Amino acid sequence: MTLLRSLIIVFVTFLATPTILSAKEEHAASDTISHKKFNTGDMIFSHIKDSYEWHITTIGHTHISIPLLVLLYSETTGFHSFSSSNFHHGEEAYQGFHIASEGKYQRKIVETLPDGSEVKPWDLSITKNVTSLFISIFLLLVIFLSVAKRYKENFARAPKGIQSWIEPIVVFICEDIAIPSIGKEKYQRYLPFLLTIFFFIFINNMMGLIPFFPGGANVTGDISVTIVLALFTFAITSYSGTKDYWMHIVNAPGIPLWLKIPIPLMPIVEIISVFIKPFVLTIRLFANMTAGHIVALGFYSLIFIFAEKSIFAGYGISVLTIAFTVFMGLLELLVAFIQAYVFTLLSALYFGLALEKHEHKDEAHHN
Amino acid sequence: MGLVMPDFGLFFWMLLSFSILLFVLKKFAWGPILQALSDREKSIDDALKMAENAKEEMLILQSGNEKILKEAILEREKIVKEARDLKHSIIHEARQEAEVEANKILEQAKAAIERERAGAVSEIKILIANFSVEIAEKILQDKLADNAKQQELIQNSIDQINLN
Repeated sequence: MTLLRSLIIVFVTFLATPTILSAKEEHAASDTISHKKFNTGDMIFSHIKDSYEWHITTIGHTHISIPLLVLLYSETTGFHSFSSSNFHHGEEAYQGFHIASEGKYQRKIVETLPDGSEVKPWDLSITKNVTSLFISIFLLLVIFLSVAKRYKENFARAPKGIQSWIEPIVVFICEDIAIPSIGKEKYQRYLPFLLTIFFFIFINNMMGLIPFFPGGANVTGDISVTIVLALFTFAITSYSGTKDYWMHIVNAPGIPLWLKIPIPLMPIVEIISVFIKPFVLTIRLFANMTAGHIVALGFYSLIFIFAEKSIFAGYGISVLTIAFTVFMGLLELLVAFIQAYVFTLLSALYFGLALEKHEHKDEAHHN
Repeated sequence: MGLVMPDFGLFFWMLLSFSILLFVLKKFAWGPILQALSDREKSIDDALKMAENAKEEMLILQSGNEKILKEAILEREKIVKEARDLKHSIIHEARQEAEVEANKILEQAKAAIERERAGAVSEIKILIANFSVEIAEKILQDKLADNAKQQELIQNSIDQINLN
């Protein structure tokens, strides 16, 4: 992913056509910047974190990036909306706002109050990740609505084109995830959600592997995104929880009484587990995707670290780096699918658990 | 650290756009797709079942055909046999009838011949009697011309006649 993006930065730098891109800025020969030491951590984080502009490449001192919409609500000055190009790649302030370069709000827009203090405004900016999110949602809609249209025309027709890519996966989710986890009677209610999260995560993971413009954003590696996905799973699980499910949490049958009274150990553990489930979903997807990006970028950084010692060491290590990043790229392709699968499977399992009718009513009476 | 801190803006847009995505896909994509898949599965299932049924019916039909064929052959044999029997019996009867008729004709012929013969015999008898009388007359005339001989004859005849 970002590995490919790294390659792009190396090779495509010379090919990039900045015509469609408005934010272009010549920096007057500023020696300070060119002599700045290469900071691996900074480079990696600026790639995996969200940003207010979509950086494409940098030629010399010219940053080429797509400016995005900044939407802010400040408690003192109200609504603001302007192009992120006004920040000049984070180097200038605009309307009292600027992008913090360090501190608690690093890489976020902060407002400088008249008294000099900095506060964070309500930030609804269409950032790089939001844009990428919209692009992948648009893609999903285009793909699935057109596929659905084909199905509506004639269901008996053999699948064709993109439909034949979608169908095995849909059937797989239906028969190997939903039915075994949820059960034959009620799985159909949950299928739309399971299919949507699977394809949403998968498409976003894959988009993250594309190193240049429509892809490259680390959407599924952003915790805000994974939190929302996990919240959906949590909400649906809680909503479909049967009486048995909740009883099981509050008063788990088959557990010795001293674990419940006087200190309700088991109920506490069970209640914590209810919240741990979505938390684990959040962290797993976020961490896996982010880790993949970090590892690839780390390999890529080797080139620059070695190049600082000697330019030839940089060229030398680049061979190794490229081999590693290609390998990582292939691994990430696998991970992109596996993480989508795991998230969907676990969601389905949680739904299944919430729907389960426990057959030890008699034991419950003992307790 | 910033990496694990959820960002309000992205959270908001994600919540909003994912909800819309879920709703739109559920309504306009998954519904028709899943419906079509289950319809197709059902239609394939039905088609397979129908093919199976057709095969079974074919088998039944085939065995029926064989039965009918067998019956037809049996029937044919029976008819042929009957015909043969009929032929035999007709010939037999005809022969018998013919024999009877022939016998009857023969009998009649025999009777007629007998009758004719009897007629002829009686006619011959009469003729012979007449001839005999005539001959006797002639002989008598001849013999009775001599008186002595007449006397002798009368005497012989009287002697022969026994009066007891």
